[in-house]
Amino acid sequence: MYVAVKGGERAIENAHRLLAHERRGDRDVPEVTLAQISEQLALGVDRVMTEGSLYDRELAALAIKQARGDMIEAIFLVRAFRATLPRFGASEPVNTGEMRVRRRISSTFKDIPGGQILGPTFDYTHRLLDPQLAEGFVPEQPATAEAPQTPAPRVTDILGRDGLIESSPQAEPDAPVSDLTREPLSFPADRDLRLQNLARGDEGFLLALGYSTQRGYGRNHPFAGEIRFGEVEVEFFAEDAGFAVPLGAIELTECQMVNQFKGSATEAPCFTRGYGLAFGQSERKTMSMALVDRALRARELDEEAKSPAQDEEFVMSHSDNVQATGFVEHLKLPHYVDFQSELGLLRKLRQEFAEANQAPELREAAE
Amino acid sequence: MDSSGRNSKQAERKAAMAVLAHSAAAAIAGHLADVAVPAHENLREPENGLVMLRGRIGGDGAPFNLGEATVSRAAVRLATGEVGFGYTLGRDAEKARMIALCDALVQSADCAGEVEAKVIAPLRAAMIAKRDRKAEETAATRVDFYTMVRGEG
Repeated sequence: MYVAVKGGERAIENAHRLLAHERRGDRDVPEVTLAQISEQLALGVDRVMTEGSLYDRELAALAIKQARGDMIEAIFLVRAFRATLPRFGASEPVNTGEMRVRRRISSTFKDIPGGQILGPTFDYTHRLLDPQLAEGFVPEQPATAEAPQTPAPRVTDILGRDGLIESSPQAEPDAPVSDLTREPLSFPADRDLRLQNLARGDEGFLLALGYSTQRGYGRNHPFAGEIRFGEVEVEFFAEDAGFAVPLGAIELTECQMVNQFKGSATEAPCFTRGYGLAFGQSERKTMSMALVDRALRARELDEEAKSPAQDEEFVMSHSDNVQATGFVEHLKLPHYVDFQSELGLLRKLRQEFAEANQAPELREAAE
Repeated sequence: MDSSGRNSKQAERKAAMAVLAHSAAAAIAGHLADVAVPAHENLREPENGLVMLRGRIGGDGAPFNLGEATVSRAAVRLATGEVGFGYTLGRDAEKARMIALCDALVQSADCAGEVEAKVIAPLRAAMIAKRDRKAEETAATRVDFYTMVRGEG
């Protein structure tokens, strides 16, 4: 029997009112602005854009504010928002080789054309809390130096010229690009679909999986061939204008992992690779993504696949934190009827158990 | 117009659109206020939507879907017939409309010179100055390796 339960409306309304009050916190403390979140909590905004799968700094900042800093809740809000807008189409693929680089490092070559550019990084800081930052700290203006006019080619392109690394797979002509927002996941999944899934996947989940490959669960011997962060131009083929129109620039982080080499009787050995790409400055995310992307190529590269990071169905089905939190957190919602039926069954089983265990005694007593 | 003329006009329009897309709406509006804008109407009311952003596997391979971005677009027609299109990242419909208006003006023989001089050129200069400053800040973080001399020379 299905029993509709009503009666929580007022409690829910008042709970949301209380939430709004708690979100505001002490009203004597100034309210945080979206510009403050976007400018001063920029990496949090980058993460919400990446995993929310929507590039819009202002919306991501609003989501963080509304979610009281709960990143997964903020990502959820952004995902829900994207469902309210029509899609005009897909951009031309961005060219990360023409990135206006803000940071670019390689751990494989010291002397790379364009140089090692540290940019704004936590690397080499001592990870000591800085009491100066507690209030009113005014940082120095950044140092400047003459900017080189030479481009910074991708390290993988340099290795590729000598055939030392596998080349990137090229698209079949007219092959559609897989899109998990339009089609449900199906397996086996092609690499384009896997990368889309990993790009919006939970950073913590991918970090743990990437780490597991380093610890031996699907080892693939990685080097950070290159990590770059900066601005790339976006173009969109506009049907009405009849040509690809510029939309502006977005910030991206790209990680090229260079991994253990492979050859065969017919092919000379060369390095293999894993790839990571994400919105904003998302270095840990793209490194983890590249490790997992490489691990998921086990089947393609004839490697024994027996670790979690190599199992595409396991990885792709559990990487999405909005889906994951939805299913975990739904346990909080009323399950009164389900539970009543379980309770009824359990009582019946216990009664049967008691009767079965009492029966011999009764028989003995009767004898 | 022959095909090379059309291509160079298209390149000019794209270059102007790129500058405008990079500029803040308030800056575009400020410069547009100095231009004698002819009569025009909205051919397509400004609207917000999404564009799926694509990357390439390995940076240079087959495309894949990275995630979406908000985009605003509009189309404007001058009384003299030129139709301009405006596209920009974000949700600023008025910015999209101004870009469309500028695109129409760039195509108008009477207005192209003025919109280039009074709107596009100053915005381009500001964009380049900002880019150069960032490039100089970045360049200061470039590592200069040096080798320690070891042993006796």
